[in-house]
Amino acid sequence: MTALAAIENISHRFGPVTVLDNVSLAIAAGSYTVLLGPSGSGKTTLLSILGGFLQPAQGRVLINGVDCTGMAPARRPTATVFQDYALFPHMSVGANVGFGLRMKGVAKGPREARARDMLGIVGLAQSFDKKPHQLSGGQRQRVALARALVVEPAVLLLDEPLGALDLKLRRQMQDELKAIQKRVGTAFVHVTHDQEEAMALADHVVVMNHGRIEDEGPPERVYGRPATRFAATFMGESTVVAGETVNGVIRTALGSFAAQVGATHIAIRPEHVRLGGPLAARVSDVVYQGSFKRVTAELSSTPGISVLARLPAEANVKAGDDVMLGVDAAHVIVLKD
Amino acid sequence: MVRAVSILYAALLYGFIFLPVAVLVLFSFQGTLFPIPPFNGPSLRWYAAVLSDARLTSGLLNSILVAVVTSAIATLLGFLSAWGFARFPLPAANLLRGLITLPLTVSYLIIGMGLLIFFNWISLPKSLMAAGIGHVVINLPLCFAIIYSQMGDHQANIERAARDLGAQEWQVLTLVTAPMLWPALFASFFLAMTFSWDEFVIAFLLTRFDTTLPVEIWNLLRAGLNPKTNAVGALVFGVSIVLAIIFELVAFRKRAA
Repeated sequence: MTALAAIENISHRFGPVTVLDNVSLAIAAGSYTVLLGPSGSGKTTLLSILGGFLQPAQGRVLINGVDCTGMAPARRPTATVFQDYALFPHMSVGANVGFGLRMKGVAKGPREARARDMLGIVGLAQSFDKKPHQLSGGQRQRVALARALVVEPAVLLLDEPLGALDLKLRRQMQDELKAIQKRVGTAFVHVTHDQEEAMALADHVVVMNHGRIEDEGPPERVYGRPATRFAATFMGESTVVAGETVNGVIRTALGSFAAQVGATHIAIRPEHVRLGGPLAARVSDVVYQGSFKRVTAELSSTPGISVLARLPAEANVKAGDDVMLGVDAAHVIVLKD
Repeated sequence: MVRAVSILYAALLYGFIFLPVAVLVLFSFQGTLFPIPPFNGPSLRWYAAVLSDARLTSGLLNSILVAVVTSAIATLLGFLSAWGFARFPLPAANLLRGLITLPLTVSYLIIGMGLLIFFNWISLPKSLMAAGIGHVVINLPLCFAIIYSQMGDHQANIERAARDLGAQEWQVLTLVTAPMLWPALFASFFLAMTFSWDEFVIAFLLTRFDTTLPVEIWNLLRAGLNPKTNAVGALVFGVSIVLAIIFELVAFRKRAA
């Protein structure tokens, strides 16, 4: 796949704070890229630079091979869905969606027809004449999406688009977003701090922290084989334990595993910790989650190290129990610091 | 008991405020030559006299002209300066914002005198235009303050969305920012109208032959009291009330939304 858009060596500072530190990223045509990171990781700044709302101190933005770094938002082939939707409150839903086409000089007839089509795609065909304040949060979200998609951007930028919705609606909109993206085929770049959202939506997930990309790739790979300690803890839960590497083996409190030179930690996902094994531990906490039990247990050999395990719902464990745990060596993630 | 006292107190207070106006309006309907008791009306003869007085009617039209034009200009300038302060980082923004609202605290007499001296210096003759400029000076800070208070960050994002969709800066202002702020723009326009309509000192200092209604009324009063002054006063009061009601309705709707 050739890159539709490329971010090349972008650095940016707000006063004394470096918010982006030499970041490069390629966005493939038709892909769904999710920028995932905690607040302050630089993900929203990166999106603003892509959208043209911010000029980076260093680096370039290329879209379709054209250098867009200094290009105003109006002129670059991107469209943004804002976190607060930023709908025009005085215009009807139809006029909101048609606004971008109106600015391009599309006549009223074709403009309204295309706005109607796009509203149909997002499932709001009936709301053409309504005002934004008559719609629910989820519906406004869709209007914002339709308004940005109707101008046929090369890249659609979404700034925490589901952040203002309640959990149930968020999961529902997630599925719809993905379906709409597949249907229109536009490349989406989506910013979120919700790792579940990132895993559900992304073809390509980019984990950011402190203005750098910690890891990027398909979500299965980033979850299963995170490149850094931060990626391992931010993308899903895991137990991270320090160790010492000698002669291609890392020795840790959880056992010894094959490792390359320079490895300092291992991580293990809770679903790869099982009952029955060589590790004696005392259960400190059990949280029943319906389909499973989330168990925290402290190693008897090394007090202070707690292992997180996802045990079957029927497992008979309670706080204070002594248990034997095993980790699946095939799923141990070896990390360099 | 307490209730009765508070009702009495309220009646006295409102009486204190409104009795003079009520008396003025009542005796504008006086049938005889003097606006003093006993009341023997009602009669519309003094209203007829006002409307057939060429000086008063031209003063009335001049006042309407000055009020509408200066309020429109003050609202436009207030809107643009509020937008500038709200959307762009300016050097010494707090100082500049303070300066723009400063005329609110200066007496009309001082502003009028200053303008008189200045216009004299640049050889701008006393005229409706000179008074109109004075009215823009006193109303601009007010319009600025009302509109600025209604500009938030949420709207900045909406403007950003318009730019993102290809709008030029003038299109952002005319298609998005101004329509979003309609209630504030209307409110400042009508409040400015109310002040311009009633304004005497500046108009007195800065006009000569063509003048506004309050100055014409003052000319009339110099000849002594008669029910005609009451009638014209009642008309002025009526227009002020209408403007104030429109302002309240617009401002209230804005708060409800």
